[in-house]
Amino acid sequence: MSSAAPRLGVLASRVRFEEKSILAALERRGAACLQIDPRALSVRAGSPWAGPRTVLNREVGHYRALYAASALESTGTKVLNTTAATAVCGDKWQTSTALVARGLPTPETTLALTPEAALEALEQLGYPAVIKPLVGSWGRLVTRVTDPAMAAAVLEHLAALPSPQSHIVYVQREVAKADRDIRVLVVGGRAVGATYRRSDQWRTNVARGAVSERCPLDPDLTALAVAAADTVGAHIAGVDLLQDPDGRLTVLEVNDRVEFRGLQQSHGTDIDAADAIAALLIKEAQA
Amino acid sequence: MSQTLTITECLECDAAVPWENDARVGEILECPECRTELEVESVEPPRLILAPEVEEDWGE
Repeated sequence: MSSAAPRLGVLASRVRFEEKSILAALERRGAACLQIDPRALSVRAGSPWAGPRTVLNREVGHYRALYAASALESTGTKVLNTTAATAVCGDKWQTSTALVARGLPTPETTLALTPEAALEALEQLGYPAVIKPLVGSWGRLVTRVTDPAMAAAVLEHLAALPSPQSHIVYVQREVAKADRDIRVLVVGGRAVGATYRRSDQWRTNVARGAVSERCPLDPDLTALAVAAADTVGAHIAGVDLLQDPDGRLTVLEVNDRVEFRGLQQSHGTDIDAADAIAALLIKEAQA
Repeated sequence: MSQTLTITECLECDAAVPWENDARVGEILECPECRTELEVESVEPPRLILAPEVEEDWGE
């Protein structure tokens, strides 16, 4: 083992399949890497940081990931994904506006600044529709509403939540789809692989029990996923898409600290998602 | 190939929690008896703590 300080770091407070696989891939490539727990991290403004010069951000908490990236970038550290990409990906409204500005297909979305305004926005969007928290993952608190009475009840609960952010309401027209969505892993501008995520529930998050099946990467899917990742500035991205019954693809969201266990398992040894990320990290450290 | 390396007691129910030899600090283990999530605080010496509760902004 080299006595020199590692040039690479992996920032993670929770080591899941993905972080463990990436750390192992870096070791297989002979890259000296420091595992950094952000719970023990503090950065003084304007001061140098003695840690690695290139850091992969795998922190599970959005806000801790966002501010860790910002703090490390302030010291001149290169962070993948960047603070800017994490900010856009972590906020569904910012993601939607970025996708729309780029002209990429994405479900019709409205931001209502109060729960009361959301009820009117839903009338204009039409039912069924989906109410989503601005920040959150794994399908948590994503609610499908089918009529005004149901929407009013959900919005009343939102209004009662203490966080001011909960009163900013993101509403989206529901996209007719099969019982599955599509996840494409994009690393360094290249689509590494894709999976269908199938569920008998309407939410098709793997975290909610959806099953991953290999999805062929055709040119349209590849181009749209790569464009979506580029739009939000993500070097590493899990792009979630829906395909309507007519075959049209639409981008739902882009995940900046992507989980890929289901994707990896559905591909066996045909792809190595962790190694693709490790290779990009090493390349970026050398750039 | 990972193999069972050591066994530690669950902090909640005292059941035996097996570790694999490739465990890493920060990894989450689940007690096979009470399903409590346990975090690897130290590999050498082997030490577990209760894993933090999932927070609202956790995800990917």
